[in-house]
Amino acid sequence: METIAMPAINLTVVMPEIILSVVAMVLLLVNVFVPSKNKAYLGYLSIIGLAVAAVSVVSGWGPAVSAFNGSVVQDNFATFFKMIFIISAALAILISDRYMAQEECNQGELYPLILFATIGMMLMASGTDMMVIFLGLELLSICLYVLAGFNRGNLKSNEAGLKYFLLGAFSTGFLLYGMALTYGATGSTKIAVISGHVMNNPTIASNPLFVVGMLLIAVGFSFKIAAAPFHMWTPDVYEGAPTPMTAFMSAGPKAAGFAAFIRVMIFAFPMLQANWSELLWILAVLTMTIGNIIALSQDNIKRMLAYSSIAHAGYALVGFTASNAEGAAGILFYMLSYAFMNIGAFAVVILIGKKGEKNGDVSDFAGLAYKKPLLAVVFTVFLFSLAGIPPTAGFVGKFYLFSAAIKSGYIWLAIIGVLNSAASVYYYLRVMVYMYMKDPTEEFEWAGATPSFVLCLLVAVGATLVLGVVPGTILELAQKAVLF
Amino acid sequence: MSQTLPLLSILTFTPLIGALVLLFVNKNSHGVLRTVAMAVSVLTFVMSLPLITGYNSPGSDIGGFQFLENIPWIAAGPFEMNYHIGLDGISLWLVILATFIMPIAILSTYTAVQEKVKEYMICLLLLEVGMIGTFVSLDLFLFYIYWEVMLIPMYFIIGIWGGKNKIYAAVKFFIYTMVGSLLMLVALIVLYFKAGAGDFNILRFYELQLDPVTQTWMFLAFALAFAIKVPMFPLHTWLPDAHTEAPTAGSVILAAVLLKMGTYGYVRFAMPLFPEATATFTPLIATLSVIGIVYASLVAMVQQDVKKLVAYSSVAHLGFVMLGIFALNTNGVTGGMLQMLNHGVSTGALFLIVGFIYERRHTRQISDFGGLAKQMPVFATMFMIVTFSSIGLPGTNGFVGEFLVLLGAFESSLRWYAIIATSGVILSAVYMLWMFQRVMFGELKNPKNQVLKDLNAREVAIMLPLLFLIFFMGVYPRPFIDSMAPSIERMIQQSKGKKQVALVIPALAAPQDSVHGAPVAHEVK
Repeated sequence: METIAMPAINLTVVMPEIILSVVAMVLLLVNVFVPSKNKAYLGYLSIIGLAVAAVSVVSGWGPAVSAFNGSVVQDNFATFFKMIFIISAALAILISDRYMAQEECNQGELYPLILFATIGMMLMASGTDMMVIFLGLELLSICLYVLAGFNRGNLKSNEAGLKYFLLGAFSTGFLLYGMALTYGATGSTKIAVISGHVMNNPTIASNPLFVVGMLLIAVGFSFKIAAAPFHMWTPDVYEGAPTPMTAFMSAGPKAAGFAAFIRVMIFAFPMLQANWSELLWILAVLTMTIGNIIALSQDNIKRMLAYSSIAHAGYALVGFTASNAEGAAGILFYMLSYAFMNIGAFAVVILIGKKGEKNGDVSDFAGLAYKKPLLAVVFTVFLFSLAGIPPTAGFVGKFYLFSAAIKSGYIWLAIIGVLNSAASVYYYLRVMVYMYMKDPTEEFEWAGATPSFVLCLLVAVGATLVLGVVPGTILELAQKAVLF
Repeated sequence: MSQTLPLLSILTFTPLIGALVLLFVNKNSHGVLRTVAMAVSVLTFVMSLPLITGYNSPGSDIGGFQFLENIPWIAAGPFEMNYHIGLDGISLWLVILATFIMPIAILSTYTAVQEKVKEYMICLLLLEVGMIGTFVSLDLFLFYIYWEVMLIPMYFIIGIWGGKNKIYAAVKFFIYTMVGSLLMLVALIVLYFKAGAGDFNILRFYELQLDPVTQTWMFLAFALAFAIKVPMFPLHTWLPDAHTEAPTAGSVILAAVLLKMGTYGYVRFAMPLFPEATATFTPLIATLSVIGIVYASLVAMVQQDVKKLVAYSSVAHLGFVMLGIFALNTNGVTGGMLQMLNHGVSTGALFLIVGFIYERRHTRQISDFGGLAKQMPVFATMFMIVTFSSIGLPGTNGFVGEFLVLLGAFESSLRWYAIIATSGVILSAVYMLWMFQRVMFGELKNPKNQVLKDLNAREVAIMLPLLFLIFFMGVYPRPFIDSMAPSIERMIQQSKGKKQVALVIPALAAPQDSVHGAPVAHEVK
């Protein structure tokens, strides 16, 4: 009689996930049993939870440790990404409180949902089995569907939640189908095994089952990172979702999508690099161009940032196309920078916004520089960083992404990239034109920034500048993180 | 030469510290704001003076880069960027020009700018950081950072304190420059990978032997970025807009220093890095320069707005500079370099003059004036001198530069271009004198002009240093030429000589290679 070998259980590998799960569940209970109208303290508790998880994540820096029979790995790549997730979750939580109070949402479940989403992202980054990645993705997606529709009283938010759910489910179907086909072709869902199988059977590149599987996986992930032409859901969801959640979605989950995408593509299909580089090339160009061109004509700032976030996924795809260490490190660095600058920008948008998602047009920023000079300067830093102008993190990130492409010989891709970047300057400048060069149209009621807002903005603006002026250390870490 | 003080760094960052100090000054105390900004810029200027005396001091690397500082900055992955700065005879005078023009520009804003003074002063000081940084960077990555950073304050200066069409002008200025510089960035990265592992040190790139095709593409990318900045015909359209809309101080700095970034870029990067491509493209660039000279002069002639006229005259003058440096001989490049400084002084002065009358009359239309000389004699005298300088009358600085440029071009293969360009000298006399006549002479008809006040002491103080330089550089340009000459020689060698070096080296190496039976000689043309 055969005994089933129990895989070695190494809980330290998933310690951050465990910590966050415990915190999230405790918070759910606290929310129910502690009778208090003001739920803001839950936010602070979740930040403490994230901080503890961060300590646990950082302590995992070093040689890779695999656990659960090779389903999950604790390596520097995952560690770097997990830090991005924790940072974006924490920053998003910091800016949620006031917005939710303003929109009269019940915040109780908000924070646990963000934490669960973070766990999902972490599993996506550290999963080395397709099934784990898929489960992480689902955990993340389900939380995000709820978060997008969190503003129950607002029709647009409802629409966002529903739209995200339908299209998300659709794309998950693609992904799962792709994984199933790959399993059929290679006999495993473990990335290492698939990789080995591909190495040993070079003819597999012409096996339709495998090729279609690979393509479907690419499509599924492209949905998640909002790459054109799979980006249709993004603008509506980003515009409708509560602004802090938009900020969160554009930073964390996008990075998670990239983490899993890189992991699967670079590990599982390394031999087929030539094939999928062509695919990614087209994807990158489309994504950048479509995102930027449509962003040019947006008046609503959330929608503008939504399209710009599509374009930014395109820049990251440039680094992906390069498929060298610099490109991968560039994506890591860029995702980290993007978390800071984009959440920072959204924080300013929230501060300017009024109840009922009002005051969200570019023209509502008119004269901001003279009403709230400091806020305008901070916003300017974020916008310049998003536009990729030195000395900001956005510039260094783009520099690395584009130079990775050039190193791999994709000079035209880099040229298309920089031209896109130049086009994007226009719509970022447009906001600044309103802030600095137009007179205020009306007196706006300034609700005041809460300490948590100030903290979020300080961290974001500080990081954007520090990563722009002295990016050395973080770049080095990113380089180490992609030494698989 | 060992040095104790990091002079260039101190110079670069003094305005930054000044800007930080200004952050903490109450925005309503305009006097304090102006005084602090003025003090900082004067201090920067004074600190830049030791560079003149210290450069090429005995025992130093004559004509090479001096006052060097090299500190590791970013080292990650394939890249290594250093904070590597230094100065040679070419950049020396441009740094001095920048530090010199800054106090003048700030002084000119005392009455012209009454709103948002704090922001204005901060922008000006940040601009100075960018300008000095650009000229002293020897690391291409660092250069690129400063080059881009400089855009930001200028964008705000035009966009916030500009005229009616300020937003259009500011955005056009920004995006035009951005497109060019981003393509340059791509070229820069390609260059880096061509050079193999190492850093972005410009001196290392000078030693590269690139194949002609690569050179062509690289040169095009660099040349485009610089041509936009210069600006060369037909990429000049942003300049009249930017100049006309910018506030006086912005125009002065834009004309005096920012345009020089483009020509400096050619001298420092595009030409020495890609000598063969330079040779290939010389006819094209010379043609565009000459078209620029003639076309801009003709356009200047029909302008109704004094400021626009001066802006177009800038395009023409920069055409001379380009012609001179592409002559690639001692006279041409020296003339081009001098002409850069001259243009900085005289066009800066012209924009100040336009600013003076604009402040009084709030119009710049030539037809609104006439006969001002009677009402404002001091102003008229100064305007006259500056006009002569701009035309290039002997005895003023403009003459020396233009003469050397034309001489150099005539001596080189650009002889026919020089002949056509000479017409630009005549045309400049036509449009400048005609404008001067219509504004200053004739009957004082307009009653609004009859109550105009002559220049006050502050305005005279602004103009005096410029007038002094106009004559000094016109009569005794020697100190400038002497300290530039060795560096210019090097630059010419570098931009020209590489071809010869490339021919010589295989010849020397031939015996050795023939041992291995590898024919090398035909590989290098």
